[in-house]
Amino acid sequence: MSEDHRLFEFYDYANSSFVELLRRQSPHLLPGVGGGPDTPEVTHGTTVLAVRYRDGVIMAGDRQATAGYQVASRRIEKIFKADDLSGVGIAGAAGPAMEMAKLFQTELEHYEKVEGDNLSLEGKANKLGQMIRMNLQAAMMGLAVVPIFAGFDEKAGVGRLFKYDITGGRYEERDFDAQGSGSKDARDSLKKLWKRDMPRDEAMRTSLEALIDAADEDVGTGGPDLVRGIFPSVKTITRSGFGEVSDDEIRRVCEAILAARTAAGNGG
Amino acid sequence: MPLPYYVSPEQMMKDKAEYARKGIARGRSIVTLEYREGILLVAENPSSLLHKISEIYDRIAFAGVGKYNEFENLRIAGIRHADVKGYSYSRGDVTAKALANAYSQALGNIFTQDIKPFEVEVLVAEVGDANGAKSEIYHILYDGTIEDERNYAAMGGQADEIRRFLKDHYQHSMGLEDALQLGVRALSVTQNKTLSERDLEVAVLDRTKERRKFRRIPSEALGQLLGTAK
Repeated sequence: MSEDHRLFEFYDYANSSFVELLRRQSPHLLPGVGGGPDTPEVTHGTTVLAVRYRDGVIMAGDRQATAGYQVASRRIEKIFKADDLSGVGIAGAAGPAMEMAKLFQTELEHYEKVEGDNLSLEGKANKLGQMIRMNLQAAMMGLAVVPIFAGFDEKAGVGRLFKYDITGGRYEERDFDAQGSGSKDARDSLKKLWKRDMPRDEAMRTSLEALIDAADEDVGTGGPDLVRGIFPSVKTITRSGFGEVSDDEIRRVCEAILAARTAAGNGG
Repeated sequence: MPLPYYVSPEQMMKDKAEYARKGIARGRSIVTLEYREGILLVAENPSSLLHKISEIYDRIAFAGVGKYNEFENLRIAGIRHADVKGYSYSRGDVTAKALANAYSQALGNIFTQDIKPFEVEVLVAEVGDANGAKSEIYHILYDGTIEDERNYAAMGGQADEIRRFLKDHYQHSMGLEDALQLGVRALSVTQNKTLSERDLEVAVLDRTKERRKFRRIPSEALGQLLGTAK
């Protein structure tokens, strides 16, 4: 029995990256393989956004996934907790994107456990960029994954957000950004409504206004579904951690927005 | 080329075991106790940076005594084992039992095949959930011997005395404060000094926590729990 085999993974102590570990040990578990010139229609997630506000960052996303012109899922979750102080919003091919989010979560936790310390926000953002680059080949074949990453930077004491392109290029945005098929409409909306140092309530309303605008203009994005009681998901990332916003609160804000739009009579 | 001297297998194993035991006996000890809300781990460790107790996975913690570089190596291997398993199956499929067996295999193989055995003992603890699943504590020795312990466990230099002390004083469903005080008393049973929060490394697997149950108890909180902070 060889030395390495006897200790199975019990060697090579200097490495605290989970992705590297998988690459060496179980490369078949890594995402980024697959896709071809005739990749059939796969499920796509649509609009996610991140907005900086007084206490940190809000991330929000609609709940619909589409495959071609069909609705593939009405309740898909697109905003994932990456660790206590950061989150990823996924857009693009839903399968690989969710896989990537899971791998990213494991990567951060693995690093934290091995090193006994958290990665810096910058380090997390770079790592996600590298993981998107791993997926480039699949992206060229129609399985692109383009997340938004946002988190609270403990050192700087502010919320920060990053967007990516399919090559893993990482671009920091200062105030807000949106990604996915409805992103242009969401960004237009945010551009008009965003203000510096908004309190939580206003930032949440702004985010939901933008998602409702995206759902209005983009066929892929799902709006608030009053019949089934499905609403966009909203998360807050602040100094005190990654927080869920309850469905009830989101429902109230959505209803207020829709009522205001009905009263105004201009549809938006 | 001269032939190597013949050493009988019995003698070789005996020598190795003695060597490993001596190495372990030089180190300080660790105790583990089940308390009302989970599992408490207390180590005598004056360093606040080099840990003897660590998180492995959601419900699983690790503790090691003996040679630092050797159990640190095992600790990282354990995290890797758990993370790969949790990633390829699901988080709920990662168990202390599988991990303890992996440690047992690795230490057993090292003991029989390498010239120098590892001078370590490790402990793997898994906290049960609130709806009645039992907690598990595995104690793995330098030669791969594996034991499952109930309610409490001790390892390191003075483990036998500590175990005797715990046998006489352990009670079920203690609160964290009581369990901690008992643990610290147990650690100092063979010494004639009292241990303060600066000499200790303490962590719990707290079943009331969400997902990741492992929590270190920082020095200030420790002082309060021990009643030494005024």
